[in-house]
Amino acid sequence: MHSYEKDGILTLEDLVIPTKKQLEKGVAFIECIQEIPCNPCVDSCPVGAISMKNINAPPIVDYDKCIACGQCIGICPGLAIFLIKTKGDKVFITLQYEFLPIPIVGNKVKALNRKGEVVDTAIVKRIAKKDKTFIITIEANKDFAMEIRNIRV
Amino acid sequence: MDGLKGDSIASALHAQGIKTLTKSLRYDLPRGFFCGIGKCSSCLMRVNGIPNIRTCIAPLLEGVKVEIQDKLPDIPDAKFQSKPKKIVSVDILVVGAGPAGLSAAIEAAKQGTKVLIADENLQIGGQLIKQTHKFFGSKYEKAGTRGIQIAVDLEKELKELEKSGNIDLMLNSTVIGCYEGKKGKHKFAIIKRKNYDSILYEVESRTVVIATGAMENMLLFTGNDLPGVYGAGAVQTLMNVFGVKPGNKVIMVGAGNVGLIVSYQLLQAGIIVDRVVEAAPIIGGYHVHAAKLRRYGVPILTSHSIIEAYGKDKVEGVVIVKLDKNWQPIKGSKEKVACDTVCLAVGLTPSTRLLYQFGVNMEFVPEAGGFVALHDDSMQTTVKGVFVAGDSSGIEEASTAMVEGKIAGVSASLLLGFNKNAKDLKKQYKKELDRLRAGPFGEKPRIAKRKIDKLLEKKNA
Ligand SMILES: Cc1cc2nc3c(=O)[nH]c(=O)nc-3n(C[C@H](O)[C@H](O)[C@@H](O)COP(=O)(O)OP(=O)(O)OC[C@H]3O[C@@H](n4cnc5c(N)ncnc54)[C@H](O)[C@@H]3O)c2cc1C
Ligand code: SF4
Ligand code: SF4
Ligand code: FES
Repeated sequence: MHSYEKDGILTLEDLVIPTKKQLEKGVAFIECIQEIPCNPCVDSCPVGAISMKNINAPPIVDYDKCIACGQCIGICPGLAIFLIKTKGDKVFITLQYEFLPIPIVGNKVKALNRKGEVVDTAIVKRIAKKDKTFIITIEANKDFAMEIRNIRV
Repeated sequence: MDGLKGDSIASALHAQGIKTLTKSLRYDLPRGFFCGIGKCSSCLMRVNGIPNIRTCIAPLLEGVKVEIQDKLPDIPDAKFQSKPKKIVSVDILVVGAGPAGLSAAIEAAKQGTKVLIADENLQIGGQLIKQTHKFFGSKYEKAGTRGIQIAVDLEKELKELEKSGNIDLMLNSTVIGCYEGKKGKHKFAIIKRKNYDSILYEVESRTVVIATGAMENMLLFTGNDLPGVYGAGAVQTLMNVFGVKPGNKVIMVGAGNVGLIVSYQLLQAGIIVDRVVEAAPIIGGYHVHAAKLRRYGVPILTSHSIIEAYGKDKVEGVVIVKLDKNWQPIKGSKEKVACDTVCLAVGLTPSTRLLYQFGVNMEFVPEAGGFVALHDDSMQTTVKGVFVAGDSSGIEEASTAMVEGKIAGVSASLLLGFNKNAKDLKKQYKKELDRLRAGPFGEKPRIAKRKIDKLLEKKNA
C-alpha cells in the first residue's frame, strides 16, 4: 500500500522530478500517478510532450519536449497539472484555481503545500481564464518549487 | 413562503432554515429530506391540500400552501380518475433523462424512430445538473467538460431532434407502472404533474429503455434520521442546482469519488468540511480528487466511521470512531465532533422498480450495487424489447452511462428494423465501453458485467 492511498498526499518518491535545467526552462509537472480512465491532457499538448500507454495509464511528460505553454493545465479535471519554472531564487508556479474571491495581479497570497499548510507568501503574477476556470501564476521562493500546490487568497 | 424562481418547495424551506419537513410515523421524530431527487419520500408534505407531495421535486409556485401533514393522511380521490387520460403511441419510451436516457433517446431518434422520453424531475440531465466539476474520460465522453455543461450539450442535441419531430420530452412526469399491451407492445402509466395537479397518460411503445439511475444508500447509526443527515447527492443538489447552503459545517462519510467531489464543492460554496471519514483502510476515489481536498487542509481519515449523530430536532454533532483491521470499532477511540450536517456518500443502489414490474430476471450482484436486471451486451433484458442503461443497470459513472445509453438506443432501434449503420455504431460503442472499463478503477463494473453475463448464460442454458 502506498501512503497516498491512505492520506491522499503524494511524496516526492512517487513523482519524477525534473532536473535543475529542465526546471529553469519550465515544465508541466503532473501529479497524476494512478491508473484512471482519463486522457485530455495528452490531447491538449500541441507538441506531443505528454504520453500514455493507454487511456488508463498515468500520463508521462517528456520534460525536454515540453515547451511550457500551459495548454494542459486548464483542461485537467483532476487539477493535477502545475507549470513550474525557476528563475534565480524564485519559482513561478501556474495552477488551476476554482475558489472565490479571485485574486488580482500583484496580490500577496498564502502559498500552501499538499497538506494545506502555509509554507510561503507568494505574489500573483498572471491570471488567465479558460472556460470557467481561472489559471493563476504565482511567484514564490524557489526552495518551495516542489511543495507549493495551492494558494489561499 | 418566500423563494426564488426555480426553487423547489424543499429548497425554499431549507433556505429559510426550515429543515423539518415531516414527522416519523411511530415516534413522531422530526424528519428532513434525504435524497433530494424524488426517490426516498422523506420530504412528503401537504401542498395546496394534496398530501404526499415530494417537496424536493415540486416546484415552488406563487401562492402555494405548504403544510406538515398528518402522518398517514387521508388520500383524497385521485383527481385524474375523473379526467380523461391521454393516449400516446411511440416506438421507444425512454424512462429517465439523465446521461444514459438522453444518450439512448438521441441515438434512437437519429436512427429514425419516434421516441418519448420522460423524467420525474423538473430539469433535464439527471445527476449531471449538479456536477459542476470537470469530467474524466476521453474526448469521446467530453472529458475536461463540466457535468453540467454535458447536460446542456445533450439538451441542445435533444431539442434539435425535437424540432424534427422524432423526440418528445415530458418533464415533471413519473412513469408509475407498466402493463402488457396488445400485439407484444408495452403499456405504461405516466403521471404528468402540473400545478400540483396531475394528468394520467397511457403510453404504448414497442420498446423501452429503463435509465432510472440510482438511489443513495443510508447507513445504520443512531440518529441517522435527524434532519441534517443528507445523501451527498442531495447536498450537491441543494448547493449547485438551487444555490442553497446545506449547512455551515459538514462531516462527510465515505471517501469514494462522490464523497471526495461533493466535499470539494462544499468548500467551493464556502462551507467548512471538518473531515472525511472512510471505513475502508484506503481512499476509494481517485487520488487526484483526494489531493484537491488535502491541499485545502481537509483531513481524510481512513479506517474511521460514524456511530452516532446527536442533536435536538436537528444534527448538532456526531460521534466518530476508529476501526481496526476487521472493521470493528477500537475501544476508547470515540470522538465527538460538533457539526450541523452529515453527508452520506456510502454508495448507491440501482433503481429497479419498473424492471420488477416487467418480470425481467433480477439478480443480486454486489459489484453492481444490488439487484440488477440480467442483460446482454445490447443492454436488452430477459424480456424482449426492454432495455436498461446507466446506473440502473449497475452503478458506474456518467461516462459509461452515456455509452450504455447509446448502445441501448441503437439496439432498440435495430430491433424495430431501423438501421442506419446501426451495427457498426454498436460495435464502436462496445469498444468505447471496454476502453473505459480497462483500468483498475473499472474492475468493479468489469466484475459486475462478467457476473451478469454468466448468470444470463446459466439462465439461457
Ligand atoms: C447523487 C449521485 C451523484 C453522482 N455523482 C457522479 C459524479 O460526480 N461523476 C460521475 O461520473 N458519476 C456520478 N454519479 C454516478 C455514479 O453513481 C458514481 O460515480 C458511482 O460510481 C459511485 O461511486 P462512489 O465512489 O462515489 O461510491 P462508492 O464507491 O460506493 O464509495 C462509497 C464509500 O463509502 C464507504 N463506506 C461504506 N460504509 C462506510 C462507513 N460505515 N463509514 C465510512 N465509510 C463507509 C465505502 O467503503 C466506499 O468507499 C453519481 C450518481 C448519483 C446518484
Ligand atoms: S505545458 Fe504545453 S508543451 Fe508542456 S506538456 Fe503542457 S501542453 Fe505540452
Ligand atoms: S487530464 Fe489530469 S487527471 Fe486526466 S490523466 Fe491527465 S493529468 Fe491525469
Ligand atoms: S424524495 Fe424528496 S428527499 Fe427524497
